[in-house]
Amino acid sequence: MPTVEELVERLLAGNRRALSRLLTLIENDAPEGRRALAQLYPRSGVAQTIGLTGSAGSGKSTLSGALAREMRRRGRTLGIVAIDPSSPFSQGALLGDRIRMQDLTSDPEVFLRSMASRGNLGGLAPSTAGVVTALDAFGKDIVLVETVGAGQDEVEIAAMADTTVVVLTPGTGDDVQAMKAGIMEIADILIVNKSDLPNADLLARQIASIVDTSPAAHDEGGRRTPIIKTAGGLNEGVDALADAIEEHRAYIAKSTVHDEHRRDQARHQVLALARQRLIDRLVAQHTSDGRLESLVERVARRELDPHSAADSLIAE
Amino acid sequence: MADEKIRVLIAKPGLDGHDRGAKVVARALRDAGMEVIYTGIRQTPDMIAEAALQEDVDVIGLSILSGAHMELFPRVVKALRERQIEPDEVLLFAGGIIPDADIEPLKQTGFQAIFGPGTSTEDIIKFVRDWAARRPARAT
Repeated sequence: MPTVEELVERLLAGNRRALSRLLTLIENDAPEGRRALAQLYPRSGVAQTIGLTGSAGSGKSTLSGALAREMRRRGRTLGIVAIDPSSPFSQGALLGDRIRMQDLTSDPEVFLRSMASRGNLGGLAPSTAGVVTALDAFGKDIVLVETVGAGQDEVEIAAMADTTVVVLTPGTGDDVQAMKAGIMEIADILIVNKSDLPNADLLARQIASIVDTSPAAHDEGGRRTPIIKTAGGLNEGVDALADAIEEHRAYIAKSTVHDEHRRDQARHQVLALARQRLIDRLVAQHTSDGRLESLVERVARRELDPHSAADSLIAE
Repeated sequence: MADEKIRVLIAKPGLDGHDRGAKVVARALRDAGMEVIYTGIRQTPDMIAEAALQEDVDVIGLSILSGAHMELFPRVVKALRERQIEPDEVLLFAGGIIPDADIEPLKQTGFQAIFGPGTSTEDIIKFVRDWAARRPARAT
């Protein structure tokens, strides 16, 4: 059986089976996965990471498939990470994104990995960043991450991707959603998908007027968030989306915004992992000494308030 | 914290489009806490093996109703082998309309169980869990 170091070596030599094994170890947050990431991380940061997010049923998978085909036509290789929700009851998951991308399976330059969200909120799985790092180090030109269908809470993807694409659809109240905090701030490109449906033009106009009056939709370099109409299933507007993605890549490459964004990404990742480790340590320690349960019991009986209990838990 | 999950691929090789059985099994395994990748109908042996490779699954379940199992199942095993996935590394099982006479030859090619019509989903869940429990710890 190969060691982690051998697997990393094989991955870097282009072996897809080694890549796939390592993705599992990273996804499971196994010690071997962490060791592999330490070796792969310095070799990543080359691929353009694209985040594709939007509400459930907005056509993300179909659009991802169409976009991947267009990028392949342009000669780019792709890693695709498709995230679907884990059941909060059984912790199981039904991962169905491959259905919309069946034809891409026979293209050796596309590597598609499905991930379950495993209890994480915010549209990603806990180890999505690590999986993206591995695909990036493997040498894919583009790593496309398709989030869980959420709607108001996809900020996490923007903290990870170089280019964030937000997919909206007509007739679902998305013009109001767009005005709520978040979507304008995170979108580098806005999509009105299913543009063959009635009211698509209306939604595009509403979004345009929000973009015009929203400081968040214009960054320091004076770039205004583009709005593109697509019909993923009909393959319409997909070339315009691919153009916008390439324009954004060129834009961030020459702007100082990019360095700032990379620092923000690094800060976000370090703090998220540190937070998780602190919580894990705290829970492990005070589960074994019984303090957590006794505090919980007192809060449940209204003898102690949650703030005081939390203070007491972290005070040593 | 390390978090291991049983990952399952449910696939339908060949040309029949009747995927109700496959979907029932996929949903039952999900409800049993597994992560189930469903690829849809009309898959070629290469597509199935490629999905198994990219998803690094522990278990592969094939469903077929067309009668082409003696033709297609060995080709799935061959396509897996071409990708350095040996049938004893993963749990291979199948379901659908498969005559008794074909069961033994299929087991010889690497299928560990064949579930016919009327099998309860509990039996399939138990079969997968028992296999996962006795499987030797996977070295990296």
